Amino acid sequence: MSALRRRNAVNAFWTAACGAAVLLALLPLASLLWLVISRGVGGLSLDFFTHLPAPVGEAGGGVGNAIAGTLYMVGLASLVALPAGVGAGVYLAERGDGRFGSAVRFTTEVLAGVPSIVVGIVAYGLLVVPMKRFSALAGAVALAILMVPPLARSTEEFVRLVPGTLREASLALGVPAWKTGLRVVLRTALPGILTAALLAVARAAGETAPLLFTALNNQYWNARPDQPTASLTVQIFNYAVSPYSDWHDKAWSAALVLLLLVGLLNLAARLLARGRGGRTA
Amino acid sequence: MDAPANKISVQGLKAWFGKNEVIHGASLDIPDRSVLAIIGPSGCGKSTFLRCLNRMHELTPGAGSSGKMLLDDRDLYAASVDPVELRRRVGMVFQRPNPFPTMSIARNVSAGLRLNRVPGDHAEVVERCLRQAALWDEVKDRLDAPATGLSGGQQQRLCIARALAVEPEVLLMDEPASALDPIATAKVEDLIHELKQRYTIVIVTHNMQQAARVSDRTAFFYLGELVESGPTEKIFTNPSEQRTEDYVTGKFG
Amino acid sequence: MSPSHTDKTYERELKDLRERLLAMGGRVEAQLASAVKAVVERDPELASRVKKSDSDVNRLEVEIDDACRRLLALRQPAASDLRFIATALKIVVDLERMGDLAVNVAERAIDLCQAPSLGPVHDLESLAGMAQMQLKHALDAFVEGDVEKAREVMETDGFLDALYLKIFNDMLTRMMEDSRAIRRATSLMFAAKHLERFGDHCTNVAEMVVYMVRGTDVRHPRSRQLKST
Repeated sequence: MSALRRRNAVNAFWTAACGAAVLLALLPLASLLWLVISRGVGGLSLDFFTHLPAPVGEAGGGVGNAIAGTLYMVGLASLVALPAGVGAGVYLAERGDGRFGSAVRFTTEVLAGVPSIVVGIVAYGLLVVPMKRFSALAGAVALAILMVPPLARSTEEFVRLVPGTLREASLALGVPAWKTGLRVVLRTALPGILTAALLAVARAAGETAPLLFTALNNQYWNARPDQPTASLTVQIFNYAVSPYSDWHDKAWSAALVLLLLVGLLNLAARLLARGRGGRTA
Repeated sequence: MDAPANKISVQGLKAWFGKNEVIHGASLDIPDRSVLAIIGPSGCGKSTFLRCLNRMHELTPGAGSSGKMLLDDRDLYAASVDPVELRRRVGMVFQRPNPFPTMSIARNVSAGLRLNRVPGDHAEVVERCLRQAALWDEVKDRLDAPATGLSGGQQQRLCIARALAVEPEVLLMDEPASALDPIATAKVEDLIHELKQRYTIVIVTHNMQQAARVSDRTAFFYLGELVESGPTEKIFTNPSEQRTEDYVTGKFG
Repeated sequence: MSPSHTDKTYERELKDLRERLLAMGGRVEAQLASAVKAVVERDPELASRVKKSDSDVNRLEVEIDDACRRLLALRQPAASDLRFIATALKIVVDLERMGDLAVNVAERAIDLCQAPSLGPVHDLESLAGMAQMQLKHALDAFVEGDVEKAREVMETDGFLDALYLKIFNDMLTRMMEDSRAIRRATSLMFAAKHLERFGDHCTNVAEMVVYMVRGTDVRHPRSRQLKST
């Protein structure tokens, strides 16, 4: 009996210890959320989403152009990065067992480990210097470079997760290999790949460093790829480092908007993974 | 009347993975509308033999084969034969049930037709094949439900229905009941008896009693060699080869 | 023979079955020897011991039947194992019948002891010796899987039949000569008949041994020809 009581005591102790560790880990997250929401929610209004930034001291104004700029550049980056990343992932999964495949895989891993500021410098050197101007294109390229490696790796994982027996089942029905790859293997991996794509987009939307000296910033609306473009992250940065307290408030509000945007993308990814991806496992 | 024609005739088949030869020259005839069981210990080449029959073997990188394999007296490996086309004539059912997880029950059955762009409404084919696979009564009310919701035995019969939908002439089965419980196994075996009225069936099995129950002829492979093939009754009561004798009586190892 | 079964318990069960069959054969052999001795030496005591020992043989028959059924149900034997068990199921019946025949001979011995002797019974002794030999060879053939020996048993059966016919005729003559000898001569005639039947059962065992070893049925060749034509 005493042995049982001892085991129960040990069990209770460790359960409590694990619970405490979880609380400790959640503490920064909770305080971050609390800080951003409590400081930022006051500045939110419809105008904040749709208007241009106002000069110092003027009331009102928003980050409409920054939201649009973020979506614009992330969209531009996705246009290149999603096909490239998914394509590379599928290649690695299907034909990546040779030397070239492992070289590609190694490169992706190295690329994934490169700090985002370095990627920004590369885009600066590649595009900003020759074009002699900061531009949305340079920002998008920097974001795209960041998006491809994780997307390629997770796509590879998801495609590899598709059981080989499914491919065989399809081939044995007399379905050509290319159609099997597309309609059976990719189709089965699709929810996973979509999840990975959304996560990559969310990550790109939250990047600041690569945009600092590529897209720079812009106080006005811009739809031209060869012009400097505002983004939420850089806007937050500028507001935050400014000496003005009303800009500080705006930084908090913009941060909340960014948080909502990224949170929404993550949530969508999660729903996608749970709703349809569950069956691939 | 002529003797029953051979659906498949294999002459001096060799098969290998890279430098590793796994079948060292096997010759064997399979009469039309009969069941051939292939038995033998793991790694004896029996699955490879099966996969040579629908040219799935060559899909593995480095894998290849030589020798003659005739289907209705036509060489399976002739340059004019499209392996994709061939696989519609020689269907296959695998060890583990592998329905397409993204498709409903009905769409699983019609998958071969749809993916091969056979036009038309496949509802009739779906019903016929599910009936042939003795699954219709169990699933007719939930044809649009996901196939992964079925039990293992039902999934395997669904896979058989899916293979039948492309109207093959030969059905290859690679240990089709090894992942099933005895009742599901009995259903699949009963099905094999039904199907042999129409199809030529080759079944690989580790279960010798199963081979004895379902097949007309049995072939015994050992270490890549076709040791003996003959009427199932003879293999299990009075085999000619000592190694067959030792294997069916459980004297190996 | 070939290597032993991977499953050692199965191997032991088969060995156990073989040993029981041999033990039963040994019992029957002893029964016959005692029964004939009781006839020759006019020993009713010995004869009644033979009668009593029959229950042992019957018990063995039931046990062997049981063991065979268990092996069939639980082990799904194949090939030579299957043929061995099928053979065991068949020859156990023959052995049991042979035991009964030995008892019948013993009963004749008791009957014969009621009256004075008809004189020496050399022919009956040799017939009994041949029957014993037949059983011994059949059992040897069974143990060793020796088809040649089994065939010898099958061929030798003719000699037993011939000797029985001779005894039959001798006894018939005795009865015609002397009507008081009819009862005793009939008893001896019956004893000879039992021994001849004993030999037939040995032939059955030998035929099953050939089946067990070769997998071919050598019984009733003529009826098979009729069927195949």
